Amino acid sequence: MQKVTREMLIEKASALLAEGKVDRVLGWKNGEFSYDVTPFVFTDVESMKKDFVFGDFAFANFSKYLIKETKKSENKVLVFLKPCDTYSFNQLLTEHRFNREKVYAVGIPCDGMVDVSKIKEIVGDGIISVESGDLIKVETLYDGVKEIAKKDVLAERCVNCKSKKHVAYDELMGEEGEILDSNRFDEVAKLEAMTADERYAFWQNELSRCIRCNACRDVCPACTCEKCVFGNPNSGVENKAASNSFEEKMFHIIRAFHVAGRCTDCGECSRVCPQNIPLHLLNRKFIKDINAFYGDYQAGEEVGSRAPLTNYTKEDLEPSEAVNKEEN
Amino acid sequence: MTNETLIPKLGVITDIRIDTPDIKTFRVVSPEGKKLFDHRPGQCAMVSIPGVGEAMFSITSSPTNTEYMEFSIKKCGCLTTWLHQAEVGQNVTVRGPYGNPFPVDDVFAGKDLLFVAGGVGLAPLRSVINYCRHYRDRYGKIDIVYGSRSKDDLLDYQEIINEWSTDSGVNVHLTIDREQEGWDGHVGFVPTYVKELGFEPNKTAVLCGPPIMIKFTLQGLSELGFNREQVYTTLELRMKCGVGKCGRCNVGNKYVCKDGPVFRMDQLDELPDEY
Amino acid sequence: MRKISLSNLDKLFALISEKAKLYLPVDGKNGIASFKLWEEGVQMSQALNTTRSAKDFFFPQTENLMEFKTEGKNIEIIDTRTEKEDFVIFGVRACDVKSFEILDRVFLSEPVDSYYASRREKGVIISLACGRPAETCFCKTFGIDPASPEGDITAWKTATDLYLKANTEKGEKLLASLDGITEACGEEAVEEQKKEISAIMDKLPLKDLTTDKFGVGKTKEYFNSPAWDELSSHCLGCGTCTFVCPTCQCYDVKDFNTGNGVKRFRCWDSCMYSDFTLMAHGNSRLSQKERFRQRFMHKLVYYPDNNNGMFSCVGCGRCLAKCPISMNIVKVMKTLGGKEND
Repeated sequence: MQKVTREMLIEKASALLAEGKVDRVLGWKNGEFSYDVTPFVFTDVESMKKDFVFGDFAFANFSKYLIKETKKSENKVLVFLKPCDTYSFNQLLTEHRFNREKVYAVGIPCDGMVDVSKIKEIVGDGIISVESGDLIKVETLYDGVKEIAKKDVLAERCVNCKSKKHVAYDELMGEEGEILDSNRFDEVAKLEAMTADERYAFWQNELSRCIRCNACRDVCPACTCEKCVFGNPNSGVENKAASNSFEEKMFHIIRAFHVAGRCTDCGECSRVCPQNIPLHLLNRKFIKDINAFYGDYQAGEEVGSRAPLTNYTKEDLEPSEAVNKEEN
Repeated sequence: MTNETLIPKLGVITDIRIDTPDIKTFRVVSPEGKKLFDHRPGQCAMVSIPGVGEAMFSITSSPTNTEYMEFSIKKCGCLTTWLHQAEVGQNVTVRGPYGNPFPVDDVFAGKDLLFVAGGVGLAPLRSVINYCRHYRDRYGKIDIVYGSRSKDDLLDYQEIINEWSTDSGVNVHLTIDREQEGWDGHVGFVPTYVKELGFEPNKTAVLCGPPIMIKFTLQGLSELGFNREQVYTTLELRMKCGVGKCGRCNVGNKYVCKDGPVFRMDQLDELPDEY
Repeated sequence: MRKISLSNLDKLFALISEKAKLYLPVDGKNGIASFKLWEEGVQMSQALNTTRSAKDFFFPQTENLMEFKTEGKNIEIIDTRTEKEDFVIFGVRACDVKSFEILDRVFLSEPVDSYYASRREKGVIISLACGRPAETCFCKTFGIDPASPEGDITAWKTATDLYLKANTEKGEKLLASLDGITEACGEEAVEEQKKEISAIMDKLPLKDLTTDKFGVGKTKEYFNSPAWDELSSHCLGCGTCTFVCPTCQCYDVKDFNTGNGVKRFRCWDSCMYSDFTLMAHGNSRLSQKERFRQRFMHKLVYYPDNNNGMFSCVGCGRCLAKCPISMNIVKVMKTLGGKEND
């Protein structure tokens, strides 16, 4: 399989810009280090050649950015979407959050993103450069170059990748992948196997680290309310630190409820959490339950699909049955 | 325990005056019936109802009043709406005084003074106007231009008519935005009226009102020959601590609560346009 | 200078703990190191730094300020402040130690914040030199030497020993009380480590970053820079940078109705939040660009303006590591400062 490279993406963007099909490109801009890649809107090929990057650290799921970006101009914006990003893309279209006509989506293949903190666990601090590949070459200030298998430092969400298949695009680069038989619910099952007290202790420990920076909410493609209840000073539960430990949990639990059925499991929440709280597990529990109660449903797989929680059918499970199912 | 500025004093509302349909003036004293603390003209205080909110208000009574302080408060947000429903006898918490006062004892001394206010913008100027009236012989001529939407929206109307207008050497020029039955005074916006009145530019001017009024009044004053060094105003931004620590009321490197709220126009010119 | 063998570290910690609560960096799950209370069996983290800074010790994320009882028209004000206990923080890095000075200038200036002051008075800081600075470190830019951190006592850890040197009266008192398990020693090993650290500092990727373009009197130069648009364009408006920052000290004061009275508490706030400057009748910073600009102008211009040129950044690198979109003060400085700063 031919690998899609940075150069190929620049070439593609260059052609689309030249044709006038798009007038800007939502892409990844290099930073100070190999891994601190920033979302950036390029408007010319020269700056792309200088600063555009694509590789193991092109995390950002651009779908949510399209809400703001499509409002900026009448012209189309080119966006590169990894397979998992396309699910959020569709989900946002389902929710009428941006104008599809103003986007030119190019699907790009993805063989998993790398979590730099996992690299740091192996090599320590002082990373000077990281070279992509199945074997990642990491150079540090202290120990020279080390080779690490990419699979050992994959981002958590990529370890349990749900799909290498794009569900939306105008054009696809590289080869299309398949929906994977992922074991992403294994960890949820572990939590379910705990006693209520154990589970409470687990979440208590995890959520007590929360600093209420709201990064999980602000990055989440399902959290697109114009005014979040936690951003409303009159709600009594706005932003910021909680007055007691109950409020912290309330924030995350309510957020999980708010995105239930709409969360595509893109994993951005856990990626951005500065305190490494596995927030995606809350959402996955909902997804797992929805699958169990209403049949398999993947948010964002199809534009316009009616999510089980917002779609009443006569065959729907009675709440009492759900509780029984849960307990058994 | 050392003193803590964030811990307020207890106050009691002893009088509530309905000034306009949306402004009430609250008189506050300590539970012992004394004035809570001294202040200088233009200074502010944080007033709070616990559980509702705490916010910064101008102390509108004059420092020369040794019995009580007053706050003229427009119904606007949570706390002010709550206060508007309060009755005499209600406790409040008060802390202050905060901010820099108007330079009444040095810069203003011996000068002719021109006060220009719009709407609730008279509230912060009331303490300085009454201070200057109290020490009448320390200042030259005093002109007060005050306008509001309608006659009913003029703050301190009774005080203006009965006290300010009858002082010698004090000229009050009232105006309202639109014609109104029972009003035979001037009609028109404040900035235009200031220009019409055509003041000599040998005065020290003090402005307070909505930003748009300030902007056009400044233009008018400049046409009349006023320098920005002769013009003072007072700012308002979101505040939590009142002492330059909580970090939200800054305009550039100045904190409105601590370095203001009183600024001279040429001082504001040095700051970024973010207020 | 005193020293103690690393194999006796637990004895040292135990002895300090007898005198006061001792906090030190401890590894948690998921690669997060944080300051924890030392007890028998607690191992000190090998991580370069804690994810959250040490500012929590003096300026906690939330703290109760006072309480009120309300009944009818009556209000009772209850001062809930209590005398604080002595405590010792071990292993604070040079950057975080410097951050205390930056916070001091805010909280200890008149009128003194008594909540902060009482903690500051009771805390003894044992700093630890950085043997292995990270690529994200740029403390040197702000004149901080990670080989000789400030603090009441400075510690250096070599392969075999921990070296301790008191810098203040508080530090001398504590160090003297540890004489029974430490021994007097020369400074050779420490001098050697200082040289090694200095050599590493010259190899760090951000070693050439300078503050030359920033500081006192630069408001007009940068406030209206067109660069803010681009720099802030993808800012999520979250508070990550603010909350992991050791020098960010903005706070909110909020009331919480407990059903049995009102608790007035203070909590960290962020200028990145849209309601930070929201008033009943308007907002002075309407867009994320204005809020983003405020944060960096404060650190690079406004704070220096008000503090004899001292910057409100210590180069700890936490925002570099934690920003969800990898936007940070280094990128801001390089973009605003122009090519020469690159």
